[in-house]
Amino acid sequence: MDTNEHEHVIEVTDLRRVYGGGFEAVRGITFSVRRGEVFALLGTNGAGKTSTVELLEGLAPASGGRVRVLGHDPYSERAAVRPRTGVMLQEGGFPSELTVAETARMWAGCTSGARPEAEALALVGLARRADVRVKQLSGGERRRLDLALALLGSPEVLFLDEPTTGLDAEGRRDTWELVRALRDGGTTVLLTTHYLEEAEGLADRLAILSEGRIAVTGTPAEVTAGRPSRISFELPSGYFVGDLPPLGPLGVVGHEVAGRVVRLETRELQRAATGLLVWAEGAGIELRRLEVRSASLEEAFLGIAREQQGVTV
Amino acid sequence: MSAVMTTPVGRLRALGRAELALLGRNRSAVVTALLVPLALPFSVRPAVDQMDLKGEGLSVGSVMLTAAIGFSLLFAVYSSLVSAFVARREELVLKRLRTGELGDAEILAGTGLPAVCVGFVQSVLLAVACVLLLDAGAPAMPQLVVLGLLFGLFLSAALAALTASVTKTAESAQVTALPVLFASMLGSGIIIPLQLLPDRVAAVCEFLPLSPAIRLISGGWNGDLSGYDALGAVLTALAWTVLGVFAVRRWFRWEPRR
Repeated sequence: MDTNEHEHVIEVTDLRRVYGGGFEAVRGITFSVRRGEVFALLGTNGAGKTSTVELLEGLAPASGGRVRVLGHDPYSERAAVRPRTGVMLQEGGFPSELTVAETARMWAGCTSGARPEAEALALVGLARRADVRVKQLSGGERRRLDLALALLGSPEVLFLDEPTTGLDAEGRRDTWELVRALRDGGTTVLLTTHYLEEAEGLADRLAILSEGRIAVTGTPAEVTAGRPSRISFELPSGYFVGDLPPLGPLGVVGHEVAGRVVRLETRELQRAATGLLVWAEGAGIELRRLEVRSASLEEAFLGIAREQQGVTV
Repeated sequence: MSAVMTTPVGRLRALGRAELALLGRNRSAVVTALLVPLALPFSVRPAVDQMDLKGEGLSVGSVMLTAAIGFSLLFAVYSSLVSAFVARREELVLKRLRTGELGDAEILAGTGLPAVCVGFVQSVLLAVACVLLLDAGAPAMPQLVVLGLLFGLFLSAALAALTASVTKTAESAQVTALPVLFASMLGSGIIIPLQLLPDRVAAVCEFLPLSPAIRLISGGWNGDLSGYDALGAVLTALAWTVLGVFAVRRWFRWEPRR
């Protein structure tokens, strides 16, 4: 097995996917994932996340461009890739009338180097539900079963399509810990999510998809770096935006007023906030609903969504 | 990798075992698969008694035997597999299986295996029953009977996969399966021996997908099949097999329509 840490385990070049009706879901994306990395694909619904992941999983051939997983085409060289990958689809995929244990046994019989089923179920906290039929599991438990089966063969590469959708807060945290432990053990993980804090906390690198293209990619820090921080507050009656101190010298690069609520954008959060608060203190006013927030992935994400709709703030 | 690699046989066994458990838990599938093929041949018995069999060199026992095996193919294999393929597709089981190590052909074979085995065992038991209870006699050319049965099992499964591809839900499978069921019962020599149909109709019906298999079973049992006719039936069955494999590869739906 190649243990070169800098090896690109997933390589995607100018990838395209066009559906039968002519809809182009993936419009030429390029990225790569190194061994041992957690890479997140983010995007609104319909951005092309699942369409992309399905091509990486080898469920469909690419309409254009190139995919390589562990050096092979996951569609045409299925047999070479599958024993080394684990997949968790966005949705179920298990017969509802089988029990958890029967499902795991079936899957283990089809997985090279499968660990004992009980061990895989214990990993995701499903050991006590082994004799329950799949149809009686909660949505969260089904996600866990799916994850357990994806982990059965101790895969080198793990594809997780929205792994925590439907999980409660605790289940989500458990899954995050599991993914971190896997990454520390050398597993490469590609996940999609629409929970931004999930990507921010888990991913080494990420890409935000928009309308089938990569809008921005990098580490979470790189992606948020270009984004402004925000301050918002409510002006008391009798005060107007013109009463505020000059915004330019405070480092404010944009502002927006909706009723009494003022929103400021700045790349120098501390200076802008200090200037604003000193002014309020001096004028003897209380800024209600005051929020001061550094740039986060959410800012980046919403910014891209707005640009996509052609709205500038 | 130090890991033990799976083998096609091991994978088929794992999937087949799960499918067998599922078949056993689906009450309507069990009734269709086990009881219909047992009950139907006896319901057509009065009709068989009315037929002019002697003139064609047929016996009640062998006609009943052919009908019994035909019903087994249609209900234990074909019907039950249409439902199974649709149910697995709609629950995204087929899609999930395709993310794993099983090849496409293995997924279809593993899913179909229990029903095909039920059809095989049932056919053997029905044949034995017809011999013991209806004086069907021993098969004149057992090799043709076995060949016909194997073609019949395979083609029933392939037809089920194709029917499943035009079926949206497990419930509508009861409707979409009807054309093949009726065409085969009436035109493939299952209820009415083809020899009793008008020549022109029979000549067309010989080319229905299950006709050559039934002809090999019936003719092989009675011994009234010339070498030329047997060869024709085998070639027709082979042609359907090739066509079936091609059609399933081309048209089988692995995922629900969205």
